[in-house]
Amino acid sequence: MALLEVNHICKSFKHVEVLKDINFSLDKGDVLAIIGSSGSGKTTLLRCLNFLERPDSGVICVDGKNIFDSNDPSLLKESVIRQNRLHFGMVFQQFNLFPQYTVLGNLTLAAKLAAKNSYAKDKDGDNSSEKAVLDDIDKRAMQLLEKVGLTAKKDSYPCELSGGQQQRVAIARALMLTPDILCFDEPTSALDPELTKEVLRVIRGLKSSDSTMIVVTHEMDFAREVADKVIFMANGIIEEAGTSEEVFTNPKSPILKNFLNS
Amino acid sequence: MEQFLEQFPIVINSLNVGFLQTLKLFAVTLIGALPLGLLISFGTRSKIKIISGFFKIIIWIVRGTPLMIQLLIIFYFPGLVLNKPIWGGSEAGRFAASSVAFIFNYACYFSEIFRGGIQSIPVGQDEAGFVLGMTKTQIFFRVKLLQMIKRIVPPMSNEILTLVKDTSLARIIALQEIIWAGQAFMKGSQGISGAIWPLFFTAIYYLVFNGILTVLFGRIEKKLEYFK
Ligand SMILES: Nc1ncnc2c1ncn2[C@@H]1O[C@H](COP(=O)(O)OP(=O)(O)OP(=O)(O)O)[C@@H](O)[C@H]1O
Ligand SMILES: [Mg+2]
Repeated sequence: MALLEVNHICKSFKHVEVLKDINFSLDKGDVLAIIGSSGSGKTTLLRCLNFLERPDSGVICVDGKNIFDSNDPSLLKESVIRQNRLHFGMVFQQFNLFPQYTVLGNLTLAAKLAAKNSYAKDKDGDNSSEKAVLDDIDKRAMQLLEKVGLTAKKDSYPCELSGGQQQRVAIARALMLTPDILCFDEPTSALDPELTKEVLRVIRGLKSSDSTMIVVTHEMDFAREVADKVIFMANGIIEEAGTSEEVFTNPKSPILKNFLNS
Repeated sequence: MEQFLEQFPIVINSLNVGFLQTLKLFAVTLIGALPLGLLISFGTRSKIKIISGFFKIIIWIVRGTPLMIQLLIIFYFPGLVLNKPIWGGSEAGRFAASSVAFIFNYACYFSEIFRGGIQSIPVGQDEAGFVLGMTKTQIFFRVKLLQMIKRIVPPMSNEILTLVKDTSLARIIALQEIIWAGQAFMKGSQGISGAIWPLFFTAIYYLVFNGILTVLFGRIEKKLEYFK
């Protein structure tokens, strides 16, 4: 069974249909690239998966469990959404690091808040085990910083880092909460070519460690190389979908052919 | 000169007492207006149109009329119009009325500064917090508040320096703050009359105090320079 199943997702902004009946599925360990021209709805689709937008209709199912169903109000409660959105990690085009926290602080903030919350609820929990949990969070953060090659920067503030380094921190931060699926929205389009390379290298590294990822990108060479599956979007629909091979070497839709040649 | 030396300790004593009242009004206003201003700024950002509209009208009225008139209305309205003199005629009553007027007035100015501060934080900060499973409250206090403070320190320090000087308006309802104390020596008080220098001398108190505040705000700004 697929890890992620997206069925009949529709989304309009003020009567403009931005997503029109989107359906796809993704297997564990696969990398999905979403390509398409500007305004085709790629970002909106990712934002629906992360609950940053609420789809008007449709069902999103992770690991056989519905996490969004427009007909099931029990899934729309804020606390339920907060839990369910953790199935997805998100890396933004503009990094969106928290400027007043160090690199390490950016990674650990949310995890520590969640840990402290669960200890506050359970008043009998003794302090030594809480401290152990917080230490574990720090340890995990350091492991992830090593993975993205930024151990030396753990005490730097975001404004002291290059764009590429900031984006690598953002990737590590998204991995902290062990999402099932990591989403990237044009992770390199705010970066110079040189910095782009280091970020793409990190994403490639994640692929080899079997992470499931969805990458919205304009880097066609990268998509072709790293993606197992590719979705081409045009005007709010999936115009064409298939393996990287099928979409890039044997495009069928004329719009896609046009897009690839431009 | 001899006369001046004779008057000096008497005047300073009196000005000190007045300045203490000035400082008290300043402190009470800050303590009340900062949190109230934050609440009002939330009110103006409410999604419910009636609530945000209500707060915007309040701000419009308070910022659109002189503080001096607000002081007079708050002090005299209950007694003269409603026949319920809630403040009484004592210095304590005048101080209470002044505090209410100042807190209310400054909360409205502060709220607009807060609103600007909140709005200037990119929505990406909220979204980054949300996708990490943080609650709205956590995002506000742990992510946005300090960024907001950093942005509002310069306009806020401006407003607070103005507040120091504005406290002198309270003498319209005879609050015995420093300018009131200085003026007393013109009319005649403690054997001194027709002396205008005490009034001029009050400026030094304001100047020194605002100097201290300016240094303090400069320090805060520096402290927050570690991030952008
Ligand atoms: N919050 C919003 N309110 C109104 N319209 C929106 C909103 N967000 C997106 N849209 C519209 O939805 C359409 C799809 O936008 P989206 O950002 O998903 O496109 P995209 O494929 O990510 O484009 P790009 O490649 O430029 O990032 C656009 O026409 C956009 O104007
Ligand atoms: Mg986009």
